[in-house]
Amino acid sequence: MEQYAIEMLHITKRFPGIIANDDITLQLKKGEIHALLGENGAGKSTLMSVLFGLYQPEEGVIKKDGVEVRINNPNDANALGIGMVHQHFKLVECFTVLDNIILGVEPNKMGFLQKKEAREKVLALSEKYGLRVDPDAKIEDITVGMQQRTEILKMLYRDNEILIFDEPTAVLTPQEIAELMQIMKNLSAEGKSILFISHKLNEIMEVADRCTVLRKGKYIGTVNTKDVTAEDLSAMMVGRNVNFHVDKTPAKPGEVVLSIENMTVASKVHKNNAVKNVSLKVRAGEIVCLAGIDGNGQSEFVYGLSGLEPLVSGKITVHGKDMTKASIRERSTVMGISHIPEDRHKHGLVLDYSLEDNLILQTYFSPEFTSKAGFLRRKNIREYANRLIEQYDVRSGQGAVTTARSMSGGNQQKAIIAREIDKAPELLIAVQPTRGLDVGAIEYIHKQLVAQRDAGKAVLLVSLELDEVMDVPDRILVMYEGEIVGELDPKKTTQEELGLYMAGAKRDEVKA
Amino acid sequence: MLLLIQYTLIFSSVLILVALGGCISEHSGVINLGLEGIMVIGALGGALMMRYCQTESAFLMVLLVILAATLFGVIYSALLGAACINFKADQTLVGTALNLLGTAAATVFVKAINTAANPDDHSSEIEYIRARKMFILNIKGFEFNWFMLIALIAVIVIAVLLYKTKFGLRLMACGEHPQAADSVGINVYKMRWAGVLISGALGGLGGICYILAGVSIWKFENGVAGFGFLALAVMIFGQWKPGRIALAALLFGLFRALSNTYVGFPALASLNLPGNVYNMMPYIVSLIVLAFTSKQSRAPKAEGIPYDKGSR
Repeated sequence: MEQYAIEMLHITKRFPGIIANDDITLQLKKGEIHALLGENGAGKSTLMSVLFGLYQPEEGVIKKDGVEVRINNPNDANALGIGMVHQHFKLVECFTVLDNIILGVEPNKMGFLQKKEAREKVLALSEKYGLRVDPDAKIEDITVGMQQRTEILKMLYRDNEILIFDEPTAVLTPQEIAELMQIMKNLSAEGKSILFISHKLNEIMEVADRCTVLRKGKYIGTVNTKDVTAEDLSAMMVGRNVNFHVDKTPAKPGEVVLSIENMTVASKVHKNNAVKNVSLKVRAGEIVCLAGIDGNGQSEFVYGLSGLEPLVSGKITVHGKDMTKASIRERSTVMGISHIPEDRHKHGLVLDYSLEDNLILQTYFSPEFTSKAGFLRRKNIREYANRLIEQYDVRSGQGAVTTARSMSGGNQQKAIIAREIDKAPELLIAVQPTRGLDVGAIEYIHKQLVAQRDAGKAVLLVSLELDEVMDVPDRILVMYEGEIVGELDPKKTTQEELGLYMAGAKRDEVKA
Repeated sequence: MLLLIQYTLIFSSVLILVALGGCISEHSGVINLGLEGIMVIGALGGALMMRYCQTESAFLMVLLVILAATLFGVIYSALLGAACINFKADQTLVGTALNLLGTAAATVFVKAINTAANPDDHSSEIEYIRARKMFILNIKGFEFNWFMLIALIAVIVIAVLLYKTKFGLRLMACGEHPQAADSVGINVYKMRWAGVLISGALGGLGGICYILAGVSIWKFENGVAGFGFLALAVMIFGQWKPGRIALAALLFGLFRALSNTYVGFPALASLNLPGNVYNMMPYIVSLIVLAFTSKQSRAPKAEGIPYDKGSR
């Protein structure tokens, strides 16, 4: 019989109204890299929460080395040698790397920390597995890649045998991803069993030995990655063949819509400026993508452009009109700028308002929705909302009166897109419009962006997703530490080249 | 001059103890705005002990008074702990409630016992002339108060506790990123309880120290005159670090001491400013200092947010 490090057999976990895990079996062999593939909401997180004892399944058993075990809380999982690198790192930012690694299992004498032996063990582990870290650096000062290595060292320091990586590549540059893949291979060569949660097919194909696919809470199957293609996996994950490639005709750029000259925006977190002297132009009928690793000034750039933050210096014009000092409402109404914000909960929707009220957030003062006496015209609002809901296929429990909070992420995003696009903007700014959405919704949003372009609008897309950066835009501008360091043609460049720019390893002088 | 140093040290001691209390609580993730109330209750505990304990031994008296103040502070701070940690109440509101309740409860209580002892006595005062002497060592005119030593020890102990022990590392993790602490098997609720109770003990100590600082009779209606809030200002100015808190406390203590002693300085006395101006000084200074420095201050990241195991 095959030796399994950990087995989750016929796990069923129900929540009120839904079955999050329906008879799911996952068997992790000793020393293998096993991918867990599924869309958002497929039940991956629930399954991992069961493994870590955060939830108790209604049915099913968990076996470690063939012996049934009960896991009631994360400490039990730890004791069984199961460790996890969470998607959002669990690191204390103002602590050093070393402090974070030893936290919870501190070597001590009478309660006093003995950091010397801890440091030696960490350095030895980091040497052995090629995990470069500076044990005395503070987490807030180091790169995301090094933070991730800290998380991996945390598991190794605890002598964990089963390592779980939850969407580990989402925040990394292509070079860091390649490095991580190598680290995972080293770890499995040393006998560690790895569970790799992802929805990125090429990574799974590259690094995993086997892959288990979930869809809508159901177990679809487990395959050897050698025997299948990425297309097979994608069909298993989505349940149909998906066109990952965005169909579009060549762009026909027209006149300049947005022109930014020497824009500088201050940072809220540190003393330096987050955006430094950025100039760019977006023309009608093209999609320009601002690419870069998270935290390189893209958010501040958008705040400056949309009016959420004042500029330190620089000039913004739309169709030749200066709007540097225009209010947010002027930008939205007079200048014709639409903004799909990065954080749909914080800047996109009033979550406790109804869907219809959210749809008129930027136009409620127009005569159509407000009478001369200052009262809202509820009937008109309802009609307008119903039209948008139908046209943009926004699905919700109770239609126009549904509270925005109760809607799914994809439909919240559709509502925002409906509102922003229906204003018939001259310039559409879409900031990470597909964040956290499933494949179907992503496809829909990409189509909408291309449709806007084809209708002769200027589209500025800000994205962290490499596939999106390569597929959707007509031009790519790469932002690194607040500056534009490269302009690339998505048809001519490669992910590797893009990665070099994103990591700051390569830069050109870019003129707007 | 000697008097100025003496008052500076004793008021600084109060601020150090209370600010360290706030610092420990905030490092665990709970904002303790109730320090003012905790001080009053701690002072009440100490004052009652001084009133009723008849011992002739100075050592025993000091020890018992300290124990009583600490105990009262700890018990009172448990209200904050229960409300904010277990019931996840808003920490600002609970702290404010504790402040209102502290002074009021102490006043009612003292009035009741005063009236019970003498039906004509409706004051809220406790007098402790005899006991106070036991806290003070007269060294050539300098009145050394044992609390000065206690405050110094507290700074060292808290600094070592925070930066050199397992407990401190875990405590600070709970105030910075409780989910991270939880994920490595630390019980966030327990650590926060520890933070709040230690804060209660230090707040209680600070309270008794405050009423022993200059007078031998305390009117509980007056509470502690905003010293709990002053201590919070000291804590912020001290960047939540024990060493810096001690220095900040010395600065604030100096201004507070000036109001007691400015008459002794011909230069200041000749300015002919009303005494109230000096009384206002520490508060005005704290306003100005915080207005200019609080922008760079880095509070524990997760403070003020009740920890809920369920939310991810």
